[in-house]
Amino acid sequence: MLAFFQAEFAPEDTGLIDWEWLGDNFTEDVVPAFFQHIFLCFVSLAIAIAISVPLGILAARYRWLYPPLTAVTGFFYTIPSFSMFTILLFVVGLSVGRTPAVIALVLYSLLVLIRNVVTGLDSVPPETKDAARGMGLTDRQILWRVELPLALPVIVAGMRIAIVTVIGIAVIGAYIGAGGLGDLIFDGITRDFPTLYITGAVLATALAIGADLLFVGAERLMSPWSRRARGAT
Amino acid sequence: MDEFMGVLQRPDFIGNLILHIEYTVLATVLGILIAIPVAVLVHRSNAGSTIAINVGNIGRAVPSLAVLALMFPVFGLGFDSALFALTLLAVPPILINAVVGLRQVSPQILDSAKGMGLSGLQVLTGIQVPIAAPIIFAGIRTSAVLIVASVTLATFIGGGGLGDYIVEGYQRNSTAIALAGALAVAVLAVITEATFAGLQRAFTPKGLRIAQKRGRATK
Repeated sequence: MLAFFQAEFAPEDTGLIDWEWLGDNFTEDVVPAFFQHIFLCFVSLAIAIAISVPLGILAARYRWLYPPLTAVTGFFYTIPSFSMFTILLFVVGLSVGRTPAVIALVLYSLLVLIRNVVTGLDSVPPETKDAARGMGLTDRQILWRVELPLALPVIVAGMRIAIVTVIGIAVIGAYIGAGGLGDLIFDGITRDFPTLYITGAVLATALAIGADLLFVGAERLMSPWSRRARGAT
Repeated sequence: MDEFMGVLQRPDFIGNLILHIEYTVLATVLGILIAIPVAVLVHRSNAGSTIAINVGNIGRAVPSLAVLALMFPVFGLGFDSALFALTLLAVPPILINAVVGLRQVSPQILDSAKGMGLSGLQVLTGIQVPIAAPIIFAGIRTSAVLIVASVTLATFIGGGGLGDYIVEGYQRNSTAIALAGALAVAVLAVITEATFAGLQRAFTPKGLRIAQKRGRATK
């Protein structure tokens, strides 16, 4: 079930990190795993956003939808990832590979994304909407031109939590054949080869922190008014 | 189905279940013992709080399997490695929420408490901590649920726990064994979540609960 690397394995004692091995196999094994990981996570996030934004808009408008929506997505969020993968494989009957991993990653992102879409839309002051209506904007125009842009920083904050969660869980997805940096960790542990799993763990950590910082930057960029307000106080 | 029940009735199942709970309780308690004192120390300083929250955010971003894998060469296979890694995972959510919770108590409330003649320690234990309690408990809840899930991965560094059955199920290609482990962990996570949701409610001071109900929660 584990995808094993074809690379040569050096069992002799070379210390914690075998730099020579790393140098030899970097472009062959490490770089593809890294990009596979990024691809897996961003595809999952994109699908999750495509589901969450409409659902969030609906839940903000029709309030009765919100509690059941958070209950269901909250339940998904609570299920430990290793269990979720196992259930998707053995109960739902999906075959090993990327599909069950992407489904699990999407399910994990829904709660945070929907919640932030609703919170973001709620945070738009009613006076602002009134003013927009007074200017003759239709409901749809208000949504696209006033509400969503004003809610964007909160929505992006949700994306930030989602992408960090997804990057972490995708590591475990390697166990069910999703590929990515988890492959390095699992292979390294199975073969008792520290270079491999340390490389995987360090890169996964760097990727998660990098994505976190990227989205913090995006959040700041999208809400220049809050920076101004912060400066003013 | 018989095979599934068979796994649950194995003599080592209860042992692994207890080990799983033991890891969760120990890591969460250690996480509280580290995070809360740090939060109490730094919350009054702006710079200290910013550093604590940023460190917490970075800590939260680190994938749990990465933490476990990185502890492996340091502490070797087994319990110590797993517990150390799990404790590291438990700290950030509690730390962030404790700092945010203690800082969001409104200055007017603190002033009036001081005006009533309360000492610094009394303000902390009698006013700030109770008001921050719901937020701190939310952090502990996040940590506990995260730890239940992460203990499952301890099996990869020889730490035992319910993850053992999931891995055994994959290796022997047995649905029953894998599901016994997976469902047990899932149930444990849901129970943990529900228990802490209850605790969080129980530790919300009455006044605060009434204020929340009237939509006047202090922010």
